[in-house]
Amino acid sequence: MNLDPHIPSGPLAEKWHRHQFECKLVNPANRRRYTIIIVGTGLAGAAAAAALGELGYNVLSFCIQDSPRRAHSIAAQGVINAAKNYSNDGDSIWRLFYDTIKGGDYRAREANVHRLAQVSVDIIDHCVAQGVPFAREYGGLLDNRSFGGAQVSRTFYCRGQTGQQLLLGAYQSMMCQVNRGTVKVFSRREMLDLVVAEGRARGIVVRNLTTGELECYEGHAVLLATGGYGNAWYLSTNAVNSNVTAAYRCHRRGAGFANPCFAQIHPTCIPMSGDHQSKLTLMSESLRNDGRVWVPKTQGDRRKPAEIPEAERDYFLERKYPSFGNLVPRDVASRNAKEVCDDGRGVGDSGLSVYLDFSDSIQRLGRNAIEEKYGNLFHMYQKITDENPYESPMRIYPAIHYTMGGLWVDYNLMSTIPGLHVLGEANFSDHGANRLGASALMQGLADGYFVIPTTVAHYLAGIPQARLSTDHEAFRDVSAAVQARLDRMLRISGSRTPRQFHRELGRILWDQAGMSRNEAGLKDALARIPKLREEFWQDVRVPGEANNLNQSLEYAGRVADYLEFGELIARDALERRESCGGHFREESQTPDNEAMRDDAHFQHAAVWEYTGEGKTPNFHKEPLVFENVTPTQRSYA
Amino acid sequence: MNLKLLVWRQKGPQAPGRMVEYPAPDVSPDMSFLEMLDVVNEGLIRKGEDPIAFDSDCREGICGMCSLVVNGVPHGPDRAATVCQLHMRRFHDGETIVVEPWRAAAFPVVKDLIVDRSAFDRIVAAGGYNTVKAGGAPDGNSILIPKDQAEQAMDAAQCIGCGACVAACKNASAALFVSAKVQHLASVPQGQPERYRRVRAMIAQLDREGFGSCSNEGECEAVCPKQIPIANIAAMNRDYVRAMMPGPLALALGGITEAFEDD
Repeated sequence: MNLDPHIPSGPLAEKWHRHQFECKLVNPANRRRYTIIIVGTGLAGAAAAAALGELGYNVLSFCIQDSPRRAHSIAAQGVINAAKNYSNDGDSIWRLFYDTIKGGDYRAREANVHRLAQVSVDIIDHCVAQGVPFAREYGGLLDNRSFGGAQVSRTFYCRGQTGQQLLLGAYQSMMCQVNRGTVKVFSRREMLDLVVAEGRARGIVVRNLTTGELECYEGHAVLLATGGYGNAWYLSTNAVNSNVTAAYRCHRRGAGFANPCFAQIHPTCIPMSGDHQSKLTLMSESLRNDGRVWVPKTQGDRRKPAEIPEAERDYFLERKYPSFGNLVPRDVASRNAKEVCDDGRGVGDSGLSVYLDFSDSIQRLGRNAIEEKYGNLFHMYQKITDENPYESPMRIYPAIHYTMGGLWVDYNLMSTIPGLHVLGEANFSDHGANRLGASALMQGLADGYFVIPTTVAHYLAGIPQARLSTDHEAFRDVSAAVQARLDRMLRISGSRTPRQFHRELGRILWDQAGMSRNEAGLKDALARIPKLREEFWQDVRVPGEANNLNQSLEYAGRVADYLEFGELIARDALERRESCGGHFREESQTPDNEAMRDDAHFQHAAVWEYTGEGKTPNFHKEPLVFENVTPTQRSYA
Repeated sequence: MNLKLLVWRQKGPQAPGRMVEYPAPDVSPDMSFLEMLDVVNEGLIRKGEDPIAFDSDCREGICGMCSLVVNGVPHGPDRAATVCQLHMRRFHDGETIVVEPWRAAAFPVVKDLIVDRSAFDRIVAAGGYNTVKAGGAPDGNSILIPKDQAEQAMDAAQCIGCGACVAACKNASAALFVSAKVQHLASVPQGQPERYRRVRAMIAQLDREGFGSCSNEGECEAVCPKQIPIANIAAMNRDYVRAMMPGPLALALGGITEAFEDD
């Protein structure tokens, strides 16, 4: 497996501009002769479709939702980073680069991250031109907020709906190109396989979710922008239809999968209320600014929070991290919440939550001040839980939120399959082992609007213009295999639903490959997941037929892929015998229980090569070289 | 709680539909409405029956995918919420709940509770954007936008495109949806160059899709999960009138200098 990252030569700050000049171009008159398939219409996919349509390429855009506007980027509440230094507080491209590399715990590529920081400034300008209604100051200038522990105010926002507004901007630009005939949208289509012919990605097989028919589409390049795989853990903050299938199917066709064990767990989510729970809702972690996290000191204390006297409460974050207290980073807060719950001191009916108590802040600042700051969050919490957080403490628990791992790509965003490019959360490149707050939106739009137009042209200029018929045997073979798999699932007619298998897999991954991981647990997961997969293929029950709208069949296919991919997560977590970012290996910690990196052995991206069903994948490394920053060990004690 | 559901079942766009009764036993008040349907569907699958098809995705009220009429009201009884944010504690033990799809000729039923809302995409494609290419924009701060103007744009831009406004309207009018986009872009300086072309093109497409006319009933505003006010419709109509006037008159009234060579 060739893992040459193709990083341009020259000093870090000049690499991208130099690369833009060195990349081959496609003549404007020739662009319409190239068809580019884009799967997914979130920030990365919609931005790419718009930008490539504007350039004159023939773009085919696919999404599983009924409209491209509904991709899960829409749900990003937060903010977007850009190194504008509008706040005059010493921000710069270099500082954003440095913060992102450090935040990723030195497990990302310097050159990619620097480019991301460079193009961040263009993103804001473009979005403003699209009409994105960013928050303004009274004088009419763009407003900035500090976020996620950053020392500078570099984030831009549209109330609590930044992702929505950025996505609608990209969607509208893409629909403008639909009107001009450069982009065609295929909604309610799910990519079920990649077609590789003569060593290049040349097309996709999708299922038309309305009619059930399999459809083949051919292009000169395939761009995957299908998001992350957080739903492998069953419950996450992802939308219920977000899935790993498109990415995993590409992996099976030869695309290396990098760092699958790197997942971000968010500490302040609303805990689950029962087995019926279908997703978890995130609340802004700004809540930790004024809330105090605690659990009872004794195990199994079932008293109401108000009945537990101060002396019998354990404010465990303040106790263990006196200087940072409740504001320790996401992974530290999450891990400690799990520890106290595992210790039998969790609260709520399930025992799987901790209190986030605002009573001190309400006493100190008054209820109005708290309401002004967090009114909408308190309202949301009350609506979901029927508990009033002004009167009794909130209950929170961590949840899977974002996945840093993804298909391996080089500097041009191309995977190990020539022609298959991967954008946004679906690739692995920019966030290392832990994503910095406000960087997901930035990366999706950077990849789509500004990186891929340059790099895909370079690829297209070097390949033949000839089209490939969808009657070609490569399409026929893949399509037949996809159909056979669907038919097989329908024929089993067992006794358990796809959801039961998904829930069970999620439990294994959450327990053994969640916030805290160890060798024995991961080996246990590696033993149990293949067994569960075997049971799935013997005992799953999928009603209905393949030739019409069948949501159970859609879901079963996704679960079947999670059952293979889940094993890869555990394998990767086992192989990485260090702690870094969101990946905490219990064997690798400092005396005060902090994550301990092992740069001597693990300063690399771990890349997995598929070798066949049920076979152990091949392991490869892309070494990470730090020429501009020096990795440091973090400490919060 | 034990509930009874009356659900609209329809095999396909051409098939006749009917209401079918399902028991929903052991419902927890903490379930969301869609989680309750998930549980009912799990039971149907185990019995070998076809589960109830319905759309949903983010399940936190922002993607606009969920689209159920609950007891006659799009998105159900809660104000300012989508049906995925509706919880079962809103209902009482023994209650019968009627669940139907959006009903509008321009939103044909695909299956059961799923409808085809692609008309909304075609309306946006007709003109719901600023025509700007990536790469050419001036600095984001080069044009000042007063805070209240930005807030006004954001108020309109919040629309999630769910279509509840259409489902609630006795005319199946999409005026609130279109006006939200028209007013969002008309409220920012960057939207001015195409302001009148946009409103003309979007309304022309709206008519082609077969949505009804607005007769100012206001049901749309009442069910809108983002509480987008119908004042947007009035403002859109004003722009539309100006856009449709012959050149000299429009110039005198509002300074329209665009030429309309298309549509």
